[in-house]
Amino acid sequence: MNQHAVLRVVTKLLMPAILLFALYVQFHGELGPGGGFQAGVIFGVGFVLYTLIFGVRSARQVAPPGALRTVLGGGVLIYAGVGVAGLLLGGNFLNYSVLSHDPVHGQELGIQLIELGVGTTVAAAIISLFFIFAGQDRPE
Amino acid sequence: MLAFLVVTALFVVQARNLFVSVMLMGIFSLLVAGLFVELDAVDVAFTEAAVGAGISTVLFLGTLALVAAKERPAGPWKPRMVLPFLVVGATFALLVYGSLDMPRYGDPNAPIHGHVAPRYLEQSEREIGISNVVTSVLASYRGYDTLGEVIVVLTAALGVMLLIGRGRRFPRPRPRPNETDLE
Repeated sequence: MNQHAVLRVVTKLLMPAILLFALYVQFHGELGPGGGFQAGVIFGVGFVLYTLIFGVRSARQVAPPGALRTVLGGGVLIYAGVGVAGLLLGGNFLNYSVLSHDPVHGQELGIQLIELGVGTTVAAAIISLFFIFAGQDRPE
Repeated sequence: MLAFLVVTALFVVQARNLFVSVMLMGIFSLLVAGLFVELDAVDVAFTEAAVGAGISTVLFLGTLALVAAKERPAGPWKPRMVLPFLVVGATFALLVYGSLDMPRYGDPNAPIHGHVAPRYLEQSEREIGISNVVTSVLASYRGYDTLGEVIVVLTAALGVMLLIGRGRRFPRPRPRPNETDLE
């Protein structure tokens, strides 16, 4: 798709908007609709669009597979880590109230952290799935 | 809206060109998302529009690029083709029978509205301090379930990687030409 100037320019214009919208959905999820899952999907869609226009090779340079795998597992670790942090601070597993002096504040903090974990895992999963599908050789 | 859904589903089954089927399934997902918005379930609608209409369609297209885009025509009619029809018909009849004694839609006395839902709706603002009840239920009250879901996503991605992804460190072994001679 190297010769389509319009597609390339529009993609470059849309990319920051898509990624910014993903971050908005991520960090605004406790006030409006959305949350980590949806934000991760939108973030992944940004990379899918980039891959469709600029090819898998250049997209892999932006998101190398090793880094993707790290982020993929890292999201689950963040989520479970918040749970373990609750344990260490004297609460139950995944009880966020002990994360801060004020229980309500702790709940907000915990939810934001686990949503971050959900978002990173989902985004990495979608990007790596698409890379795998787009990187396959065509059968003759 | 529901009529649109049925019509789209019929066209999906009817279409012989798989590309058309994939596009129609994207439209189907978008219609379902619209239906969810109408039912005031914006979070679910958001997910359905992004995953169902967006990502699934792209992944289907990626698969279509690898396989043929035309459905193979069905062979001549055989008596055993009746069996799937019977199974689907029986399942449909069972589901309709099961839905007969379900409470009417929107009934405030339905069992599902009397269990923990009122407590979540009344207390979550004070206990969790955030205004989206869906998020507080998903992330806090039902945190274990969501952790499980994230692990499911991780496992699914790992499964696809192991099945069709090619690791650089372990290149796929090529069958040696002299191995076939042994058989």
